Amino acid sequence: MSMELILFYVLGGGALAFAAAMLLPNVGRNPIHSALSLVGSLFCLAGLYALLSAHLLSALQIIVYAGAVMVLFTFVIMLLNLQPDEIQPVRLTAIKVIAGIIGLFVFGKLITAITLATGGAQSVDLTPYAGKLEGNEWKTLTAGGYENYGTIRTVGRMLYSTFLVPFELVSVLLLVAAVGAVVLAKRSLHYIDQPEPPPAKLNRLANKPEAAPAHDDHGHH
Amino acid sequence: MTAIPLGHLLILAAALFTLGMIGVMTRRNVLVMLMSIEVMLNAVNLTLVAFSRYNGWTEGHVLAFFIIAVAAAEAAVGLAMVLAVFRLKQTVYVDELKLLKR
Repeated sequence: MSMELILFYVLGGGALAFAAAMLLPNVGRNPIHSALSLVGSLFCLAGLYALLSAHLLSALQIIVYAGAVMVLFTFVIMLLNLQPDEIQPVRLTAIKVIAGIIGLFVFGKLITAITLATGGAQSVDLTPYAGKLEGNEWKTLTAGGYENYGTIRTVGRMLYSTFLVPFELVSVLLLVAAVGAVVLAKRSLHYIDQPEPPPAKLNRLANKPEAAPAHDDHGHH
Repeated sequence: MTAIPLGHLLILAAALFTLGMIGVMTRRNVLVMLMSIEVMLNAVNLTLVAFSRYNGWTEGHVLAFFIIAVAAAEAAVGLAMVLAVFRLKQTVYVDELKLLKR
């Protein structure tokens, strides 16, 4: 068993274990524990990308996912400031059992499709200069051949040549998402015209109606 | 020869995708549901990278890059919606959000 194969099984098993720990009722009961296990899973996936020579994606996975997105998640979890009595225990209901069965069924179907489709496939060759060289326009784009496979140079050239229009559209999408997030998370739109004094306790995200206590709509249904 | 069987990579991605799907369907905490969606997107990314390496292409890396960008946008908008809903209802559990139900 080669070193790469051992690394693959360790990282893959780690990714699966962390993702499963995210969903377990006792670990994932508190959202911050779920977020931390998701960070572990994302790091394992970044290692897998590095193993598959996707250097740029491996770095992006850590910077964007484990960095930006997960920091956003933890910020929101801490901003919500859920008290221990507000975190509900995970209950096992019939609909969840059905959902689990459906999930396992889909997994079985995926396994069947993969084993059928990769019946004659070879392994992913991890030696340098692997891959099919003939018939790719890649050879002309990457002057150095496949030693640059998956690096910033190769992927960046492709982003700015073949995929230029989608790349610019993605930048517009990110701008729209940022504006939308600000608009959605704003307290109220006429806050600008009539600045209201900040509430005394900011820990409940303010301006809930004074008449209804927070826990009143939990029990009576 | 150092090689990973392609089927093993795809099965790992399928297992991750299934875990994310089960998470979306069974967990009722909207934050954990959003995280499960991230897991599903990552499983798709792993498939793209595996096939790219198998074929020696780079298009899969570009597509995975786009998926990462879309996932970041989705997380930002989704979490803003969670904040807005929490301000209205003081809950993060989707079972208690039934304004349209009666």
